Amino acid sequence: MMKIEAIIQPSRFESVKDALREIGIEGMTVTEVRGHGRQKGHTEVYRGREYTVDLLPKIKLEMVLPDALVNRAVDTILKTAKTGKIGDGKIFLSRVEEAIRIRNEERGENAL
Amino acid sequence: MKCVGWKCSFSLLVWLGAVLFTAIPLSAQQTPASSTAPVTMMASLAAPETAKTVSEKLAQLDKDVKAAQSSADNAWMLVSAALVLMMTGPGLALFYGGLVRRKNTLAIMMQSFALMALITVMWALVGYSLCFGGDGHFIGSFEHAFLRGVGADPNPDYSGTIPQLTFMVYQLMFAIITPALITGATAERMKFSGTVLFLTLWFLVVYAPLAHMVWGKGGLLNASLGGKFPTLDFAGGTVVHISSGVSALVCALYLGKRTGYPKQPMPPHSLVLSFIGACLLWVGWFGFNAGSALASNSLASSAFVATHFGAAAAALSWSAAEWIKNGRASALGAISGAVAGLVAITPAAGFVGPMPALAIGIIAGAACYWMVTKVKAVFGYDDALDAFGVHGAGGTIGALLTGVFAQQVINPIFGADKPVGGLDGHWSQVGNQLVGVVIAWVFALVGTLVLLKIVDLITGVRVPEEHEIEGLDITQHGEEAYNLES
Repeated sequence: MMKIEAIIQPSRFESVKDALREIGIEGMTVTEVRGHGRQKGHTEVYRGREYTVDLLPKIKLEMVLPDALVNRAVDTILKTAKTGKIGDGKIFLSRVEEAIRIRNEERGENAL
Repeated sequence: MKCVGWKCSFSLLVWLGAVLFTAIPLSAQQTPASSTAPVTMMASLAAPETAKTVSEKLAQLDKDVKAAQSSADNAWMLVSAALVLMMTGPGLALFYGGLVRRKNTLAIMMQSFALMALITVMWALVGYSLCFGGDGHFIGSFEHAFLRGVGADPNPDYSGTIPQLTFMVYQLMFAIITPALITGATAERMKFSGTVLFLTLWFLVVYAPLAHMVWGKGGLLNASLGGKFPTLDFAGGTVVHISSGVSALVCALYLGKRTGYPKQPMPPHSLVLSFIGACLLWVGWFGFNAGSALASNSLASSAFVATHFGAAAAALSWSAAEWIKNGRASALGAISGAVAGLVAITPAAGFVGPMPALAIGIIAGAACYWMVTKVKAVFGYDDALDAFGVHGAGGTIGALLTGVFAQQVINPIFGADKPVGGLDGHWSQVGNQLVGVVIAWVFALVGTLVLLKIVDLITGVRVPEEHEIEGLDITQHGEEAYNLES
């Protein structure tokens, strides 16, 4: 089992979600987040005072998948989330030890 | 000047009376001559009795005409009073509330609201009397303390057609919003106790004398009731905006900068609130300026139009300045410009035509933009919400330009055919305006400084740094504007 955390542009979220559903991914957790990598934010001007806003709004997708699905999911996210500009975000992969469904205590990939 | 509106209405009355008087003798002569004429009813009466009946009817008619006019004027003035109250709450409260950071929203709104209650009570006790009682040069008297003698009868010195009660409550609304404007400079760091005490004293020591000097009978700067330096101030350029704006600057300097200013970003937490507030201010300002005609007459229409045009022109010129400078026109810029235009047109509203109103708006919008973006940065004072940059600067510009653009065709305040402002060739009026401006500036500067020192000794003026960081909503009022968990 692998956990995929993808931080993407809010403007790409709908496309990414739809594409993931098409390849059979049913569950995901989505959070509106703020942060920055190399993209250094933008400036806002209020009555002549400039503010640099360096924490930008992003969307974070989290999903835990059976190993067989991981590569396809990553490819799908790469394809649909990319705009080619700085600020497109990142994907982090990590191994997950165990998954438990609370309703019936199923464990492992069955719980996904 | 405020007390001129009734003159127009009065002349209408005189005219109506004259028409009636010329008509009466005709019927009086006809009655005894022909008993078979349609006026048989009247002819059957003895001549002296006829005359008596006619004069009684005439008196009745005269009374009815006066009552009808009074009703019309009173309706407009009561609506105007309500509109001006709406400028403070919710207008100014929302405008300022949106400009502060989230943690100080309720505190700044509460300051406006507290003044609605506080100044009202002060006004009933002594405030109205200190502004409009007696005929001193510098301050009113205790003639109307506890509203003694303020009832259904008009006060002919100020408004001949509306109950003095209406005049009193209308003027009260101006006394509420003026100190509330100052809270824009003290925002996010002044104690609530200090604010309440300071603004109450400020109302008595700065506002009341200035209002009397400019608008009160015999006041030093009054333009139509025997002032030494007749300063034109239709609806409060000096009394409301210079006084509050200059005091705001003194407060900003005395309190010092907000912790973290100007390094730490302090962007407005909700421009949506500010936007709604500014639009309410614009609408309310019709009551403020057009209502200052103190009658529902053509002068009110003139002031209404000038007000609207001034606001629109200033919104455009501020936006244009911003567009040139930043490459974009912002919503905050447009609404700030409109408010600056409304401020600048306030002293001029009842004296200038529509085209000069546009000119005043354009000048004020650009000048106030320059004040809040450049001048503030150069001097480094923390006028948090630009009470000085908009009201102090806009009020001063407006007061001076009133001397330039005032015309006797709009308002013959100095008498029929007497020139009023520069456009009439009466350029010395600009000098009179300057005297008014200087007196208002000095008075506000000195008064505010002395009062701040006193209040600092009694309650203190500034919250401790940890309270400032935590926010005034929680530390001053024990509540939050936005409870996200509930």
